[in-house]
Amino acid sequence: MNPDNPFPAPSKGATPRKVPRFGDWTFLALVIAATLLVVGVMVTLVVVLLYGSRFTIQSLGFSFLYGTTWNPNNNVYGILPFLDGTLITSAIALFLAVPLGLGAAIFLTQHAPGWLRGPVGQLIELLAAIPSIVYGFWGLIFFVPIERNYTEPFLKTWLGWTGLFGGTPFGVDFLTAGIILSIMAVPTITALSRDAIAAVPRAQKEAAISLGATDWEVTRRAVLPYARSGIVGGIVLGLGRALGETMAVVLTIGNTDKIGTSLFDSGETVSGGIALGFFEPTGPLNISALLEAGLVLLAITLAINLGARTILHRFQSGAAAGAE
Amino acid sequence: MTFDRATRRKWFSHGMVVLTGLSIVVVATPLVWIIYETALLGGSVFNVALFTQGIPYPCTPGNGITCHQGGIVVPIEGTLILVGLAALFSVPIGIGAAIASVEYGGQRRWARITGLVADVLSGVPSIVAGAFVYALLILYDPAIVFSTLSGSLALAVLMLPIVTRACEEALRTVPHSVREAAYALGISRWKTSVRIVLVGALPGIVTGILLAIARAAGEAAPLLILLGNGCAHSLQGIQDEGCSLSYWIWLGATNPYQNWANLAWAAALLLVLIILVLSVASRLVLDRMARRMRGG
Repeated sequence: MNPDNPFPAPSKGATPRKVPRFGDWTFLALVIAATLLVVGVMVTLVVVLLYGSRFTIQSLGFSFLYGTTWNPNNNVYGILPFLDGTLITSAIALFLAVPLGLGAAIFLTQHAPGWLRGPVGQLIELLAAIPSIVYGFWGLIFFVPIERNYTEPFLKTWLGWTGLFGGTPFGVDFLTAGIILSIMAVPTITALSRDAIAAVPRAQKEAAISLGATDWEVTRRAVLPYARSGIVGGIVLGLGRALGETMAVVLTIGNTDKIGTSLFDSGETVSGGIALGFFEPTGPLNISALLEAGLVLLAITLAINLGARTILHRFQSGAAAGAE
Repeated sequence: MTFDRATRRKWFSHGMVVLTGLSIVVVATPLVWIIYETALLGGSVFNVALFTQGIPYPCTPGNGITCHQGGIVVPIEGTLILVGLAALFSVPIGIGAAIASVEYGGQRRWARITGLVADVLSGVPSIVAGAFVYALLILYDPAIVFSTLSGSLALAVLMLPIVTRACEEALRTVPHSVREAAYALGISRWKTSVRIVLVGALPGIVTGILLAIARAAGEAAPLLILLGNGCAHSLQGIQDEGCSLSYWIWLGATNPYQNWANLAWAAALLLVLIILVLSVASRLVLDRMARRMRGG
């Protein structure tokens, strides 16, 4: 080493290279290929479903969306009988799961003793992971008989005048499927509402308490409005899940392709119609109709999910802004 | 007897608190009931034969008939192969896309598309993923539409957004100073990504993969379309008709044979246990990561 120069220029090997190395190029190409594949899956999904349903799109046009008959044997395809089932069961699910799920979240965050919060919270998260086929199997074996023998005759006797509960209660119908869906939606709604409520700043509650508000008034006027968008996001996400659910519904709804008006009518959802339709398709037109039904379901759930995510993002950025 | 306003408010509040407490009871009851019945009925046939024997002849006991219990070794193998293949397809792609968007994308606009597409994909109903794979493979080769391979492709579509999202979040938790330190030592960019950043993010990535596997293992709807019915005999290649625990529960639930129903409950119990183990494992991995982040 030259003693006159304590800072010798680095040897050639240590200079940072301007040109990226071979390994860098290969790796970059690989990860970009992975990105293109992810995007490609989404694009292919839409394109392939569109291409697959070309027969019915061409021959039926918009009548597919408002047709009231689904009959593969005569090649008549209208999706309304299925849409009807999807909307009714999801509406029942929300009607039951929103108050119960929200009530559970309020109790867990505001009123439950500390030792209860952790275990119950974890139980709820675990329950969100139970496969839907297990919910459906349980519903078919244990819940359908209860509906048929107790709940539905009771509702028919006391609420038959509303017109919602006409017909014979068989147990496999919109009401049962909707209740099973609500059982499945509750963990999602409770978990997300709980997180939103837990994120409400203490000062918000303390201000209300100092004004002499009762426990419920604190929750109703100080906590819930603050957590509103988080709760709504959770509800819409639960709705998205209910709309796309297949297995639990297909086992408990009765699987008939007529348009139901009473909650005791058996019917079919879009997802269930697709699943069962693929067992014995009558021909290319039938397969095309099933794929188009898939497109309709995809459009509905994507709209709902993107809506939920927009709300949740606003909630997250709103919470961040509130913390500053 | 009349109440003044303050008393009325107090009792209304008490009433509402009791109602929220009741709602948790109402919510918990069916959920506990499901777990209870699954454990009870599945547990009644939980023995060694379950893991060694194939699906028995359908049979319902009574009138002096005794049924062969049989086992669910074929559905178990089927689920393992399906989930393994789906992970093989989705994990490398998910990790690669996450690296591209976090390590190379930074704040750039194109990098956001990965997250957006993952969001959109995670909202695709599982039955639509099944219909998609059906429509895709029927164009390519109708002979493999009903197979373990096609079922695993549908599961991969469902796992992909979960893996990608989890990887992106895990990579973002690695501090930027770590990357800068690596560059300062003259380590090339790709080696920094793979040997330093990816290793640092590993707990988060493993958690994401475990959760994705848990979701795929319980999935039944796309398999209803795609598996064919390969439950009756031992599994052939991945291009032949397959079977899975979830598909077997469907068969047990929709057929009137007692011994099949018993095995379906056993399959349900096994699935719930698998998912329980995966959730607990992912939580342990995350806890370990949290401890390490605190500098323990």
